[in-house]
Amino acid sequence: MTAKLSGDHLTLFRGDRCLFKGLRFALNPGELLLLEGPNGSGKTSLLRAIAGLLELESGTVRWNDIPMHRDRLALQNAMVWMSHKVGLKGDLTLVENLRYEAALRPQAEVEFASVLKKLGLNRLTRLPVRSLSAGQQRRVALARLLLSSAMVWLMDEPTANLDSEGRKLVAAVVQGHLANGGMAIIAAHQDFEVDMPVQRISLQ
Amino acid sequence: MTSQDQALPDLLSGPKALIVRDALLALKRPGDVLNPLFFFAMVAALFPLAVGPSEEQLQLIGPGVLWVAALLAMLLSLNSLFLADYEDGSLEQMLVSPVPLPALALAKSAAHWLSSGLPLVLVTPVIAMTYQISLSVTGILMLTLLLGTISLSLLGSVGAALTVGLHRGTALLSLLILPLAMPVLIFGARTVSLVAAGDGVAGGLYFLGAYVFLMLSVAPFATATALRISNE
Repeated sequence: MTAKLSGDHLTLFRGDRCLFKGLRFALNPGELLLLEGPNGSGKTSLLRAIAGLLELESGTVRWNDIPMHRDRLALQNAMVWMSHKVGLKGDLTLVENLRYEAALRPQAEVEFASVLKKLGLNRLTRLPVRSLSAGQQRRVALARLLLSSAMVWLMDEPTANLDSEGRKLVAAVVQGHLANGGMAIIAAHQDFEVDMPVQRISLQ
Repeated sequence: MTSQDQALPDLLSGPKALIVRDALLALKRPGDVLNPLFFFAMVAALFPLAVGPSEEQLQLIGPGVLWVAALLAMLLSLNSLFLADYEDGSLEQMLVSPVPLPALALAKSAAHWLSSGLPLVLVTPVIAMTYQISLSVTGILMLTLLLGTISLSLLGSVGAALTVGLHRGTALLSLLILPLAMPVLIFGARTVSLVAAGDGVAGGLYFLGAYVFLMLSVAPFATATALRISNE
């Protein structure tokens, strides 16, 4: 059976305001979904709802056609979440951070050092994460995705704080993931450039 | 390999890694551990100065004062239990990870106890000397504090989880926790007083032990639910 992430009739209110209503999407391996829209349009909320961090007003997110409220664990096993908060401990080094995270989710069979090298982090392993720049911290968060075996990547503004080289790196990493049969949902308020067909949802 | 075989290492390795991480953080920022400890030592050391050096009086109030100081010191450290994880986003990473959240909540409580409850128990003999409490009674005092602080770490994690999303939730946290912490305080302090007066110790310790097990079975699940609500 091929994996599939889908959602239908997704509706979410924040206070009295309707962020989105009757939204649907379906994602197969190798596909990318871009969430677009201005600040405050509900991109992050939609991502958080798919990640299971936020309760939807109505509608269901399905992983392999099984509704999430029935089996949350199956999706959590197959998913990794990159929030705008990097989720790293400033006092620990990036190796200590990533070693702890490795115990939290299934890990891919990749070499730790090669991932760090790919992201240009291999010289920073002994520094506490606090002393890294915001852009370097985003790269450590990317390492989290590359080290996990998760099929679904949920990314909230992955290119924030990154220079043009960093943005290219994110695009390349995402493209590599999709080429390996992964899926990604990315919220981006600026254009996210990849050379492949993408699905788009525009939120107002 | 069945799916259960695969699930088991996850269940243990996630919480273990979290305890190791929090212990590492406590070592890198010793101030977070020492603050409540200094508070405990200071409150307890000020009483003999204020009350006067009468041996009889000090022995009478000693257990109660030490217990109240311990309870307040635990409350002081509880506020930050989930705050840092909430602010830097690592709490979200725990929420979306496949490791069961109650297991991670239990690990947070364990790490909290190791960095606040245990040191408190260990410095108690030194403080007890200023109250001229005898060695055998000091032993009982440490035992009640050992059980009591475990309960408080578990109970406190529920309150800390409920108030983590609020700004300045400290007062609310105390209001939520204190009523449920009262039995621990009453039985803890009274047991020590009774032993000092020559009574038996078993009843009080049984109660404190039972409270630990009640909290062990309830608190991790309540904390997990509270964390999900606070993070919406």
